[in-house]
Amino acid sequence: MTTPGMSLSIAKLTANNVRKDLRLEWRSRDVLNSMLFFAGLVVIIFSFTVEPTAEESRRIAGGLIWIAFLFSTTMALNQSWARELRNGVLDAYRVAPAPPEAMFLGKCLANFLFVLMLECLMAPLFVIFYNLSAVGPAWQLVIIFLLGTWALVVNGTFFAVMSIRTRSRELMLPLLLLPVSIPAVVSMVTATTLVLSGEASPAAQIKLLAVYCVVYTTACLLLFETVLNAE
Amino acid sequence: MELQPGKFYVLRGENGAGKSTLLRMIAGLSEPTEGSITIFSLPSRDARARMGYMAHAPLLYDELSGMENLRFFARLYGIPSDAPLQDAIRRVGLDPALPRRVGQYSQGMRQRLSLARAIFHSPELLLLDEPFSNVDPESAAEIARLLGAMRSAGATILLVTHQVGLLASMADEFLLLSAGRLVDRGAMRGVHT
Repeated sequence: MTTPGMSLSIAKLTANNVRKDLRLEWRSRDVLNSMLFFAGLVVIIFSFTVEPTAEESRRIAGGLIWIAFLFSTTMALNQSWARELRNGVLDAYRVAPAPPEAMFLGKCLANFLFVLMLECLMAPLFVIFYNLSAVGPAWQLVIIFLLGTWALVVNGTFFAVMSIRTRSRELMLPLLLLPVSIPAVVSMVTATTLVLSGEASPAAQIKLLAVYCVVYTTACLLLFETVLNAE
Repeated sequence: MELQPGKFYVLRGENGAGKSTLLRMIAGLSEPTEGSITIFSLPSRDARARMGYMAHAPLLYDELSGMENLRFFARLYGIPSDAPLQDAIRRVGLDPALPRRVGQYSQGMRQRLSLARAIFHSPELLLLDEPFSNVDPESAAEIARLLGAMRSAGATILLVTHQVGLLASMADEFLLLSAGRLVDRGAMRGVHT
């Protein structure tokens, strides 16, 4: 007998999950609202406390931007898994014959899109409030942001499912995620600063980020089923 | 404990006896502390496509409509068409065209939709945890009739309920649990609530 679940490819199931997450977010706006609110506060409060020159901005903006996105992403990830726990929906997924990797990839892609959306909305604010302009080739920022966002999201999605069933999940996720993200965050911040200041090529940092993404995506995919079914 | 294919079992026991835990273990959601579970000679994880599970919680997204919920879960079972989903929704007495989101459903409607989610893929083994809770007596009788029809079609049903009277005429056997152990089993005939 062939099981019906076997006829589905991981790509189709992943798309099914992404569609569902986008629809849920469109109707609830839980994730985007919390991220926008937090990132907006960071930008505005910092702009009041420091009044950097254009040159100083280029030196500190890399760190500031990524700190804002890192913490906003952490909030988003908690929200995106919390909706899977409401009404016990995660159990319905676990009893289905679909491969759990599809759920992981779907969640990662949906969160990736949410964070990218946040970055697109926040970028003009950073430029205006910090008088930012890139001295180096600005197109490299696109690569850095795509890789950096994926690095945050893939680890965050994995650790969020680990922490989701714990009592203090809001605290647990940053505790698990931040130490593991340090190499990626250092690369993102350094690469962004190098492009903004034009001091040197960020190629080495971009390569490091790419390797980080490949290694952690593979590891998280391999371990996701175990973590999902741990009780 | 062994269950025969095509039979209707009612799982009974006091609160905390382990009825829901047993269903979760059979569904592959929890691991037994000792022993093992095989379904159709397979480990429970490998038999998931042939099982339907309805829990205490509705296992549905509040922000989606009934049909959207079922469509999402149907894709996980490799069902590309809406026809079996519409059929399942109608069989539990709901309207597949209802645009309302599940968050706006009454408790009874959620319960029925939850049952539709458990049966849309025509499972050979159906695990149901308190399917009659929060539904009015007429709906409960309707659900009981639907389960009777599924049993007649060859499905094996294991159901937890305190409303045994509803199933007296259609269930085959009761299983009585106490403190996590099977302490009694026998024919349903003559069993009262």
